[in-house]
Amino acid sequence: MDEVRPLLELTGATVRFGADAALSRVDFRLFPGEVHSLMGENGAGKSTLIKAITGALRLDEGTLTLAGDRVEFADPHAAQRAGISTVYQEVELLPNMTVAENICLGREPRRGGVISTRLMNARAAALLADLGLEVDPASLLGGHSVAVQQLVAIARAISADLRVLVLDEPTSSLDLDEVAELFRIIRELKSRGVAILFVSHFLDQVYEICDRVTVLRDGALVGEYLTHELLRIDLVQKMLGRGVAEVRARGRAVDDAPAGEAVLRARGVSSARGIQDADLDLGEGEVLGVAGLLGSGRTSLARALTGVTRLESGVIRIEDADVHLDSPRRAMSLGVVYSSEDRRRDGIVAELSVLDNITLALQSEQGMLRQIPAARRRDLAASWVEALDIRPPDLDRPAGTLSGGNQQKVLLARLLALSPRVLVLDEPTRGIDVGAKVEIQNLVAELAENGMSVVFISAELEEVLRVGDRVAVVRDGRITDTVAAADLTADSLLALVAQPGEDEG
Amino acid sequence: MAATTMARAPRGTAERKPSAVQTFLSRHGGMMPTFAAALILVLLFIGAEAFLRGDFITPRNISALLLDNAYLLVLAVGMTFVILTGGIDLSVGSVMAFTGILGAKMLGAGVPALVAVPVMLLGGAAIGLMIGILVQYFGVQPFIASLAGLFLGRGLAYIVSLSSIKVENDAVLWLQSTRIKLGDWYLTPTGIIALATVAIAAFVLHLTRFGRTIYAIGGNEQSARLMGLKVGRTKIAAYVISGSCAGLAGLILTAYSGAGYPRNGIGTELDAISAVVIGGTLLTGGRGYVVGSMIGVFVYGTIKTIINYMGAEQSWMQIIVGALLLLFIVVQRAIVARSEGRR
Amino acid sequence: MTAIYKHRLFWPLVSLLTLIVINFIARPQFLKITVRDGELYGPLISILRESAPLMLVALGMTIVIATRGIDLSVGAIMAVSGAVALTIIDGASDPSNMGTVTIAIVVAILVSLVLGVWNGFLVSVVGIQPIIATLVLMLAGRGVALLITGGFITTVNSDPFSFIASGYVIGLPFAFLIGVVAIVVLSIVERRTALGVLTEAVGINPEASRLAGVRSRGIIWGAYIMSGTLAGVAGLIYASNIKAADANAAGVFIELYAILAVVLGGTSLNGGKFSIAGTVIGVLIIQTLDSTILFLGVKSAQSPVFFAVVVVVVVIVQSARLRDGLAAMSGRLRARRESAQDRDKVEVA
Repeated sequence: MDEVRPLLELTGATVRFGADAALSRVDFRLFPGEVHSLMGENGAGKSTLIKAITGALRLDEGTLTLAGDRVEFADPHAAQRAGISTVYQEVELLPNMTVAENICLGREPRRGGVISTRLMNARAAALLADLGLEVDPASLLGGHSVAVQQLVAIARAISADLRVLVLDEPTSSLDLDEVAELFRIIRELKSRGVAILFVSHFLDQVYEICDRVTVLRDGALVGEYLTHELLRIDLVQKMLGRGVAEVRARGRAVDDAPAGEAVLRARGVSSARGIQDADLDLGEGEVLGVAGLLGSGRTSLARALTGVTRLESGVIRIEDADVHLDSPRRAMSLGVVYSSEDRRRDGIVAELSVLDNITLALQSEQGMLRQIPAARRRDLAASWVEALDIRPPDLDRPAGTLSGGNQQKVLLARLLALSPRVLVLDEPTRGIDVGAKVEIQNLVAELAENGMSVVFISAELEEVLRVGDRVAVVRDGRITDTVAAADLTADSLLALVAQPGEDEG
Repeated sequence: MAATTMARAPRGTAERKPSAVQTFLSRHGGMMPTFAAALILVLLFIGAEAFLRGDFITPRNISALLLDNAYLLVLAVGMTFVILTGGIDLSVGSVMAFTGILGAKMLGAGVPALVAVPVMLLGGAAIGLMIGILVQYFGVQPFIASLAGLFLGRGLAYIVSLSSIKVENDAVLWLQSTRIKLGDWYLTPTGIIALATVAIAAFVLHLTRFGRTIYAIGGNEQSARLMGLKVGRTKIAAYVISGSCAGLAGLILTAYSGAGYPRNGIGTELDAISAVVIGGTLLTGGRGYVVGSMIGVFVYGTIKTIINYMGAEQSWMQIIVGALLLLFIVVQRAIVARSEGRR
Repeated sequence: MTAIYKHRLFWPLVSLLTLIVINFIARPQFLKITVRDGELYGPLISILRESAPLMLVALGMTIVIATRGIDLSVGAIMAVSGAVALTIIDGASDPSNMGTVTIAIVVAILVSLVLGVWNGFLVSVVGIQPIIATLVLMLAGRGVALLITGGFITTVNSDPFSFIASGYVIGLPFAFLIGVVAIVVLSIVERRTALGVLTEAVGINPEASRLAGVRSRGIIWGAYIMSGTLAGVAGLIYASNIKAADANAAGVFIELYAILAVVLGGTSLNGGKFSIAGTVIGVLIIQTLDSTILFLGVKSAQSPVFFAVVVVVVVIVQSARLRDGLAAMSGRLRARRESAQDRDKVEVA
């Protein structure tokens, strides 16, 4: 295969956002007639790379060549004209228009300047039939399932002169039959010589459909591999970036049941999309690490436990009392707090000061009319800024201007100011520098020593092992194992996380 | 839904043909609010006819409905373009007043109608262009940008004249006074202009690339851009069309009242928006029909006529239209919530 | 030094002072304040007195806009409030009775409050876009007001009621003092309690606020109630000023001027950080501009043209495109300078 020239090649690609490099010196190639997967955890640079290929982002350094010619796309439309089409996870079509229009918009068949609906429907029907899809081209797109909408998006992509098709997590909302249908179409396109970039966090699917894998981590290239030569466990290891076995800092021997009384118990917890039938016990002063890949349901679990999403079924008990967590506010009043994995989107209130951000939750718990006296607010915030070493120690600075690690600390301070009993941290160390990472890990240990119970989610297995007393493994929306951290090594945990899905056999 | 439409390639298996009703709904589900508006119109007619003992549905009344509301119909057509893109145009009432008084002044000064009328249309288009540029290139919210247009139009109207100016130009008065009769039915040139505006708008919206781009922008502006559609110039054009329609409405209103008056059309933008929404166009954009807006205008006009007939307070007009607006907004909200739930 | 002109109130204040200076140069008596019977008179005092209704409405609008909302119904609420009050006074046997007037005022304000509750319900509970939700009342409200007055302009001769707009207390116009009280009360409520910060949090990032346990529904609802109530008081001042309830003319366009005042005061229409002081300055700018335009001999009816120009200039100055353009320009300059420095460093190394 390597004697074939790559259809698309990215060399030394670097993209910076401010001072941070989202992608640094990455090489990537795509051959005609292959399905290529791009793998990596949150923040690895997958979406940045895709945007660089599809013209949504400009490269700061590096070159992009298409069929040997150097190209530079001003916008996605320019990339489309060159034969590079993208189908996104969120369907980027128009639900208010018909299937045929969604396929033909911008290049409708016209007669004397007037759109011929009849011709357009016929053309769309032919394209859909070509894909083996039977959809009424004159029906409204919004009335169809997400799966059909996704296939219509592919049909639109094909109707242009297609050379490269980028599928960005196309399967995350499809069921098994629908995935099979999609794969059939992918194989069909592959046989026509289209190069397909397939991004998915479902390992089973990657192994089923992809010829080649490129792994990214922290914006850098880990390597390019042939799928059939790469063991699943090795792939996961490369994604998570585990070094050679590291010494664990904490060595508390704990059983697989929490020591002492459980503060929080969950039984049969399911939420709309994500986690199913989860059982979980969290002891007093215990750190429960949660390990799982992106999309495994780890975030859904955290959100279900803290009232952010409502439960479809199951019960949560706090100190042996059934509780109904219908809002984050309710959960907070019961001492259960949550820190989101996306601190920019739903963590920090960027334009408010560090002071206001730290005292936000405490103030809203107190009630809006009983303001915490200004002097006390300042003292409180200042003490947290000092305790967590938030830098710069400027209480009046807008929180959005801090670095990622310091924003995370501000969020932690906001939650800790409530003196919670249960702290649920969703990837608190994601995308922050090593120093801050260690500080946060140490802080969690310290909090647990003082009797706080912590659920600690991380994509890094070492971190989960280092911080957690026990580790719950989440896979395909279920908690598959709960094991004492002392009984695990990074390798054995990796094996649990990377295990193939049951339905694959 | 997925299971039936996702049948594998036709391999001679017996296909279940969806029923005609299903096909119709899947193709024209978006027309339901417009049908609802038509139903309300019919019910209004029937109710008024029963209540007024057969004195309501007369050729004279129906003909007058079009004549009396021709200016509003033209405004509603322009407003439909803007609302379909997801915007709003608050300026139309003021712009109508401005072009109306400007036309009256020019005609009074002896300018021939052949010059005055195009100037009126261009005046409206220019204010529309200003709003469009503010919205598209300066990222100003349509509400605020068209608010500037509202102020500008109203102020300019008063600058042209502080009091009403009578129009004695034969060509303009002819638009109103001519009655093409068919039995007791009649049609004025102003009515024909209004109906022609509807017809042209319907043609443009449904059968030209420009029209489909308007819908695409309202559906999802980002997607429309990714699809390579000409989003910027289409959006600006929508405001220019709305402004031109306001200019045309100024002409019609001037002909109708035989004078230009700078206080005309205060609050008329709200009437036009209400008519469009009642006619089934979603204020969030992307869904709706210009024919629906016409039905909305007739619903509005009929309520007005009924209130006149009953000798009730005109104030009921605003309350009823407000209530209808609320009803339609809540229904639309439910529709949007349902379609979001499905995704 | 740089901190001064970077302050968000810097430009609004400069605009206001410039207007005042221009007026003073054009007619030196502009700043003249005369004392008659211990009461102050003069162009500046008139501006303060006449600004009261807009001041009240704009204050409410500020809070609504901070929550990412907008309230179009304030003009209609003014009309309803005036209609309710005057109908009660008109119906009483003695229009000048203090008790009657008090009842009328209380009832009118309560009705306005209920209308605010209605708006807030549509926005925060039903989840309708604020522009559309308040459009309903903007339309129907005037109808209700007309219905209350029976379609006529209700006029009354009631000294206690007239006092609201034209009376003097401690040498200052009573209407102006109402505005001052509203500013002080609102400042205390927003800044001495946590309401202000929580409102800003909801306006800036609704989801983060929800996760932090902020009761956003209550805060948004409260903003519309506040706006409705303040509009009600503004309606009373307006009705008192013309000694009549004119359902068609009361508060026409005031929602637009109020929004303009808020924007002039530096509060973004996208919600979030708000400034009560900024709104106060914004209102005074509008009122002074209005008085200036009149002084220039422009008919009051024609003044909207000037406001259109103001709106256009303000939105263009605030627009991201212009700011990005300027930032890009200064960024390019800086980059050029830095790369030059880099080169220097390399050479040194």
